Amino acid sequence: MESDLLKNILRDMLLARAFEERAAQEYATGNIAGFLHLYPGEEAVAVGVLRAAEPADYIVSTYREHVHALVRGIPATVVMAELFGKKTGCSGGMGGSMHLFDRERRFMGGYAIVGETFPIATGIGYAIALREQPEAVICFFGDGAVNQGTFHESLNMAALWKLPVLFVCENNHYQIGTEIHRHSAVTEVYKRASGYRIPAQRIDGMDVLAVHSATQEALAQIRAGNGPQLLEFETYRFRGHSMADPGSYRPKLEIQAYENEDPVKVAIAETLAVYPSTEQLAAVGVDNIERLQGHLHSGGQLTLEQLAAIKAEVSEEVEAAVRFASDSAEPTLADAEAALTCNRRGEVLV
Amino acid sequence: MVEQVYYWQALNRALDIELAADESVIVLGEDVGLFGGSYRVTDGLYAKYGEWRLRDTPISEGSFTGLAVGAAMVGLRPVVELMTINFALLALDPIINMAAKVPFMSGGQFPMPLVVRMPGGVAKQLAAQHSQRLEQTLMNVPGLRIAVPATPQDAYWQLRQAIRSDEPIIILEHELLYFSKGPLEVGLEAPPMHRAQVRREGTDLSIVTYSGMLDVSLRAAEQLTEKGIEAEVIDLRSLRPIDWDTCSASLEKTHRLLVVEEDSRFAGAGAEIAAGLTERCFFNLDAAPQRVAALELPIPFNASLEAASIPRIADIIAAAEKLCSP
Ligand SMILES: Cc1ncc(C[n+]2csc(CCOP(=O)(O)OP(=O)(O)O)c2C)c(N)n1
Ligand SMILES: [Mg+2]
Repeated sequence: MESDLLKNILRDMLLARAFEERAAQEYATGNIAGFLHLYPGEEAVAVGVLRAAEPADYIVSTYREHVHALVRGIPATVVMAELFGKKTGCSGGMGGSMHLFDRERRFMGGYAIVGETFPIATGIGYAIALREQPEAVICFFGDGAVNQGTFHESLNMAALWKLPVLFVCENNHYQIGTEIHRHSAVTEVYKRASGYRIPAQRIDGMDVLAVHSATQEALAQIRAGNGPQLLEFETYRFRGHSMADPGSYRPKLEIQAYENEDPVKVAIAETLAVYPSTEQLAAVGVDNIERLQGHLHSGGQLTLEQLAAIKAEVSEEVEAAVRFASDSAEPTLADAEAALTCNRRGEVLV
Repeated sequence: MVEQVYYWQALNRALDIELAADESVIVLGEDVGLFGGSYRVTDGLYAKYGEWRLRDTPISEGSFTGLAVGAAMVGLRPVVELMTINFALLALDPIINMAAKVPFMSGGQFPMPLVVRMPGGVAKQLAAQHSQRLEQTLMNVPGLRIAVPATPQDAYWQLRQAIRSDEPIIILEHELLYFSKGPLEVGLEAPPMHRAQVRREGTDLSIVTYSGMLDVSLRAAEQLTEKGIEAEVIDLRSLRPIDWDTCSASLEKTHRLLVVEEDSRFAGAGAEIAAGLTERCFFNLDAAPQRVAALELPIPFNASLEAASIPRIADIIAAAEKLCSP
């Protein structure tokens, strides 16, 4: 792989981590409110997948989508401003953290109802197929979303009509507090695609290069007119489900150690399994960012000075984003009304 | 040229014209293609436009309606046919959470030229699960528009207008209207899509109604003449937005409001109509507004109980007489 692409990938991942950690701080100080779902730990998936996509492809994502937006090229300033609910945000302050949109970059939204990304992506795929264009749709979803009816309904239609959709499962093993063995009869998500004759694979989602090449191959198949593909990336989130989940600010192992001592809580913990065990953490391996840094460094593609420079650059980018968001104006009720009637186009209703 | 056509034929004509005029118009739903539609609305169109434009779908209401939302975001103009409104309950997420919200939540970036058509209302002994009226559920959703055509001419006009609009529009059709006949003049200029229409002039009370209840109300109005009561009958044609001005103008003349609706009374469409007009016309009213509505019952299968569950001519006459008695 070219070293420019590798450096871009590393930069994306460092920016992603810095952005999310900063968003958490802004949440703590009250500049960001509402639901905030962070991505640390899962960066390799968004970065590997989206760096393999073309500008003409469409992206459909979930509520955990800040990083998808950033990698897609939406400036950190307007993403942060949207998290702050400001008028300058990429959704004008009407959507917030869970609903980032950017029509120009074909970023078709973050959706907060689990399972909605499937039909939206399938519909965009339908339009592409009808118009016979060489584009594809990338549809993100979590491991919890595959038990929603729309997963099965949409995979069926996508396969039936050979639609150009890449289904991307970000399997972080949890649906909020419910571990995958407690929410799914079949825990290998990729196997479910066989029910719809959709080619699927399970890939190490902590290895950004593996993610990238698997995505390239899948997109090539899709563009060759072979219909949808599904990729399952095994990954892990280091924080709680959202900022409302207390797992986010306490060391997970420490909590488990405390909980283990309380006989009542042991019983609860056995049923809940909210926090990862040491084995689970070991199973997902080292941090995806550290892994890539090590790879680039040992391969002679990156000096420690260069690494430090990139880190300084992304941290300045994030600081600038926070300044931009803080300084931006609030949207008005007139802006809300304008957003609601944006498609009226002079129509006289009554 | 005025023709006498069935309501389904008027819808079919509207679809045919719009499919021919714009390649981005597509129709999708269960049995809309090869089979020609459960109520014949898409009769002949599959042969003419092919399977990509007339798409037979699996029984996946939630997802094919959501598919239409995604397609609309990138510029197709999908017309979804939900076989009946009863199955729309499975498509409420795409209708309410996606179609009505995406243009707004994106800060006004995306068009939503989506039409969702569905037959509803009480037909003939289809039992509780197939006799629903869900207009109230959809009326409370900012971002949606709802047309309720009661005649072939309106069905034709409003479907064409809906397809050409970039906003998400629900068309509530009525199962008993598909095989009713009425005049259709294709070349006639359409009024604004949501404007109400006075169907019968009168001086003593205003009956405000819509969809399947229009015909029942008009027949009640004829019989009321024999009792010396002249009812004005207003066909709302739309439930969101509601044309308050046409109704208010009528109440300025009659001073009495009777709402006739097929859905059940409690928190039904009529509640909004009566409240909205009371706010606007309170000082013009000589009596408290009244509603004739369906009973608080799931619709019974038994034929006579079914008939007794929804407004009948006699119910409207009784309510009008009471309203007009000094
Ligand atoms: C239809 C629906 N049900 C429940 C929720 C509440 N909820 C939000 S996220 C979530 C867990 C989803 O887990 P997963 O799909 O694995 O995604 P992850 O958050 O792990 O990325 C739940 C239950 C929701 N938003 N939508
Ligand atoms: Mg998950």
